[in-house]
Order: sequence, then structure tokens, then C-alpha cells
Amino acid sequence: MPDSASAVETFPPLRVCALYPDLMNIYADRGNLLVLERRCAWRGIGFELSSSGLGERLDERPYDLFYIGGGQDRDQRLCAEDLIENKRAGLHAAAARGAVVLGVCGGYQLLGHSYTLGEEEIPGVGLLDLTTVREDGPRLIGNVAIDVSLDDAGPGAGRRVLAGFENHGGRTRLAEGQEALGRVLKGYGNDGRSGAEGARSGNTIGTYLHGPLLPKNVWFADWLIARALSVAPERLAPLEDGLEREAHLSARRAAGV
Amino acid sequence: MADTLAVKLALARAVGALSRMRGGGATSAPGRVLMRLAPNAIAALGARLGRGCVLISATNGKTTTAAMASQILQHAGIPLVHNQAGANMAGGIAASLLSAARPGGGIAGEIGLFEVDELWLAELAKQLRPRAILLSNLFRDQLDRYGELETIAESWERVLSAGGAQLVLNADDPLIADLGRDQASALYFGMDDDTQALAGMAHAADTKHCRRCGAPYVFDAVYLGHLGHYHCPSCGRSRPQPAVTATDVRLEGVRSARFVLHTPGGQAEVSLALPGLYNVYNALAAAALATALEIPFETIVAGLASTKAAFGRAETVTLAIHAGAGAPAEGRELRIMLVKNPAGANEVLRTLALEPGEHDLLGVLNDQIADGRDVSWIWDADFELLAGRIRRVTCSGTRAADLAVRLKYAGVDPAAIHVQGDLPAALREAAASRAGGAARPLYALPTYTAMLALRDLLVARGEASSAWS
Repeated sequence: MPDSASAVETFPPLRVCALYPDLMNIYADRGNLLVLERRCAWRGIGFELSSSGLGERLDERPYDLFYIGGGQDRDQRLCAEDLIENKRAGLHAAAARGAVVLGVCGGYQLLGHSYTLGEEEIPGVGLLDLTTVREDGPRLIGNVAIDVSLDDAGPGAGRRVLAGFENHGGRTRLAEGQEALGRVLKGYGNDGRSGAEGARSGNTIGTYLHGPLLPKNVWFADWLIARALSVAPERLAPLEDGLEREAHLSARRAAGV
Repeated sequence: MADTLAVKLALARAVGALSRMRGGGATSAPGRVLMRLAPNAIAALGARLGRGCVLISATNGKTTTAAMASQILQHAGIPLVHNQAGANMAGGIAASLLSAARPGGGIAGEIGLFEVDELWLAELAKQLRPRAILLSNLFRDQLDRYGELETIAESWERVLSAGGAQLVLNADDPLIADLGRDQASALYFGMDDDTQALAGMAHAADTKHCRRCGAPYVFDAVYLGHLGHYHCPSCGRSRPQPAVTATDVRLEGVRSARFVLHTPGGQAEVSLALPGLYNVYNALAAAALATALEIPFETIVAGLASTKAAFGRAETVTLAIHAGAGAPAEGRELRIMLVKNPAGANEVLRTLALEPGEHDLLGVLNDQIADGRDVSWIWDADFELLAGRIRRVTCSGTRAADLAVRLKYAGVDPAAIHVQGDLPAALREAAASRAGGAARPLYALPTYTAMLALRDLLVARGEASSAWS
């Protein structure tokens, strides 16, 4: 449904690889993938979705965007081992050539160096310079909104708001020099103290915001599509986003922003 | 001691009556007052029940299963104390006991029949020492409140290991069935009809890996979510053989269902006035519980056949549509189908898809605490089943726009999607919009607090009775 009268630009298909979609999907992560798919389709951009599960060595070459969602503790442990064993090298190579890697909640934690639960330390792939520790305090649960500054988020982007829901027991600490994804406007963010939420290094992005993230923030879905296809976001045809804008505002209202 | 309790009962009743007069409709208010006055009131009043009590818990189907069990026990002539309005935490159960308590240490009922919130099962089992516990299913639900399924299963396991209660368990839910592995007397129920098996497992299915060894289960049949026939190829655990089963299931749209019920006491066709495979599961659960209570087979079949829709669960009311000034009001059927988590919503959507033609829907998505503040679950529900099958959908509730976006991405024509956050206005608009005057029903799919608000609205409009509370 592009409403542009000008000639429709053609793009190569967006090739997405979902990591462990049968295990790391607890906060309706399917919604994020569906939003990417539909927004490509409405613009006439091809969309190819593959998956890589337990025991499968990751061949990173055919993909533009990798997605990993959240899981139950038990499943997250299983995936963490497999990630190190079968996918770490591929993900590092993909990130190095500029592919988008998006981790949400548990997936975000696994993109860091480690996740410590008491005596146990679950290793991460180390794409983001951060560590996560499960503390005795209560889980950090609630609506959340963050202020994001993406230098290249598209025309009029500048500073934008991401809104969603967070539910995590782990507290994530960014290392010195690791950029956060955004500043907390309302909610807890990485640890409930620092005011930082998520992390970003180039096209590798982690966040605790689910709800899911992209249906509530379609501007960010478009930004990810553009980054993954290596095009400027303003080259993507605008879509009729009336309902999406209302949903974004409803998520912001729920967070009190 | 008894005198002291009697005084506290009277006081709690008075406070409860006051709070109702002030417009507080909460059925559990007097119960909460009572528990504050007498912390052991549930145990003390529960002990008055001559034939003990039974507890029912599950993610989905508690209220309907309890309504079915209630019908069966009433057919058996057993007077009940039952939290039928669905107030299923300690306050609600205390309130049910309070309203049944009689002076001089008596109680109006022989058996207590209580549906219990998943997180309250441990505490209430400790206080009530039930003679039987029925556990039907565990699906992902309100993760912000309930946490992970495994955590609930572990708390249930501790309750059951205390012993003393006859267990009635769903053989088709691997997580539930595993709770009975050390209990030789556990009674299982399950589906035995391959014509009802799905092509594959639902996206949001939860229990896919063996609880014992972690290997993926092999499912030979999937009936609903992760319920089905399964075995673990690694450690050999498999679905227990159920004593109570359903075969020859026939689903008749949004209205009814039939199946052949088999128990050790006999077999017969059961005709349910409730739709969908999920209600066949509820009926199996109620029949298994009644079997454990040694109710005669014929009474079980009669009780199931006489069960009507529970509060907001496939409940039907007639809306009065005022076409214009002076014109007589016309009637339009409104069917309320509670949706509150992906597994439950999927069954409602699957049942709705059985009805031919395009549908008119009123979806009401709230994010109050009782609904779960997190509305992500709508993306795990298969609204895709309705793509191409919706003439008009009105989205309402505190998160109306979130639902609208979900439907748009599920493939529903955006021109058919209308957002009206204000519930009375949404009901008016949805009810008034009819294609060519055809008397098609309107289906309301509300979350829990939305269902309560919708029922209040219908009561205020004079279209539904408030008899439940």
C-alpha cells in the first residue's frame, strides 16, 4: 500500500534468520517477525524467513537480519550452550559485515558476555559489552518507555520514543564505553538504577522491551529493515500507519509518557 | 472459640453487605474481611463440610469445569458450597463458605466445590485438606503475574506430595500428567479421537520438552495447544493411559458439541450445550472428577447435558437494537466468549472459524491487573484464523489500538477494523452495524475485566441478568 505516486524503488529481499523460534518466543516474539514481514510485503520487498535451532551450525552468509527472543530459564540455558557451540562465530562474522542482530529480553542477555544466576554463569556470545546478574530483588516488570537517539533513523527521526513492556529478573550492566539503546523515560530499563535501557553497537541491538517491540514501534521496524538492506530509511515507501500510531500512543500512555 | 467465630462471621457479613450497598460488586469482599478477623476461617468452615471438598485448578476452563461438576453433583442430590461466580482466590472461597455458614457450627452444603487460582492452590489445599484435586492444564498466561509454567508446576508438585487427596489429572498435558507419576491412585482423563488432531503444534505451544530429561517429546497427535498423545524418545516417558476418555467428537459451530464418554462405569453419547473441543476437555475433566467421587455414570451424563454456559463463557444475550425514533426495538444475539491467553483465545477463534460466513466482532482488550498488564499475548494468539472471515470488527478497551494492529497484521482488511475505546459506544456501534438487516449474531471477545465491564453494561441496559453475583 505505498501511497507514493513516484516510481516504486525495488530492493533485494530481506533475509531473516530467527534463532530458536520454538524455544525463545515467550513474549510473543512472533509479532516482531510478523511486523517485519508485512511491512516488507506492503512495499513489494521480498521477505525470506529461516530459522536456526538447537544443534544447527549457523551459516550466517545468507542473512541480513538475525532475531533472538526471550525464553523460560530452562530453555534459555539450553540455547546459551548451543549459541556458543554452533552460532557464536557466525554471529560475529555477520555483525562484522553489518548485518542487523536484534536480541529481545533473554535474547538480549545472551548477546552480552555472561548471565550469572547465583553460582551458575551462563556464557553469552559477547557481541555487546555487558554482563547480566540475577539479583534477589523482585523482577522488573511493567510498562516502559525510552528515549532513543539514532543518528540515522530517517527524516524527522532525531530523538524518538520506543514503548513496550519489560519483565526480567536479570540486571544488565553496560561496560564503560558500551552505548545504551536509550534512556529510560518511565520504567526500569537495564537494571532499574542506571537510567540506561538496552545496548547498541552498530547494527547489533539488544533491549528488554517486548510487548512485542515492533508492533508498538513501527518506525523502529522500518529503521531495522532499512539498516538490514543498507538503504537510507527515507527510501522506504511510507505506509498508512494510522492504527500503528494509535497503538504506539496507547503503549506510551500505559507507561505514562 | 465457636462463639468467637460466630461473632466474626456476623461482622464479616455485615461489612460485606455494606460494601455491596456502596456499589462494590466484589463477591470476595466479605471473605477478605473474614480472613482478616479470623485467619483460620477457611479451615474452620471447610471442616464443617460433611463430605469434604474438591479443588479444581488449571490455566483455562476452571469456571466451566466447576459449573459442569456442580450440575453433576446437583443431579446426584448433593448440596454444594461452590464459588460459582469465579472468585477463586482465598477471599472468594472464604466468601462462599461464609455465605453458607449456619449458626451453631453448621453449613449449608455437604461438599465444597472450589475452583482455585493457580497461585493459590498450595495455600488453599493446606487449609482445606481436599479429598480430591483436579488439575486440567497449564498454558502460558499473564507472565507478569504467574511467571513461568515450570514455577507453577513445581509449586503444585509440592502440594501433591503432601498426599491425602485423590488426584484427577489430564493425561494429555505432559506437565500435568507428570505430577501423578508417583501417585499410583491418580485418575487420568484424555482425548481419544484422531479426527480432532491438528496438523501441527500451535506456535505458542508451551510444553514441548520432556519434564524428566529435557529431550523433545514426540507428539503422535496434538489436540489443543500442547495437549495430545506424546512420548519421550529419550527416557521413554509417555502419556498415561486415561480411565476417562472421549471418542467420536462432533463439534457443532459456536453452539454445541457431542462426544462419546467412556468411564469405568459405562459409555454413552454426551450432548453439550457448549461449543468447541476445549469444552469437551472441560466435560472430560468434570466427568473424571465425578468418577473419582463415585457418582453413578448416568448421573454424570445427565449433569453434563444440563450444563449451560458459565458467566461470560459462550454466554448468549439478546441485544435490543433501536433502529430509529418510534421504530420498535429489534433483537440481536450477542455471544460473549472470554479470551484471556493464547491457548484459550486460539480455541475460541478455532470454534468461531467453524461457523460459516463472515462475522461481526466486538473485541475488548483491557490491561488491568486481572487481565495481565502485558498485552503481548495477543501476538501469540492465532487471529490469522479469522483473516478473510470478518465483516466488521470493533476494537475497544484500554488497549483497543493494540488489538486493531494485531488484526491488521493477521490479515484482516483494515477497512473492516474500527477502533472505539469507549465500551458503551463500541457496543452501540458494533450492535447497530448490520449488513442488509440480516440478523447475524455479534460475537464479543473480551478479556477478563472487559467481560465484567461488558456484563455490567448489559445488566444496566436490561439485556443480561446479574443473577451470577
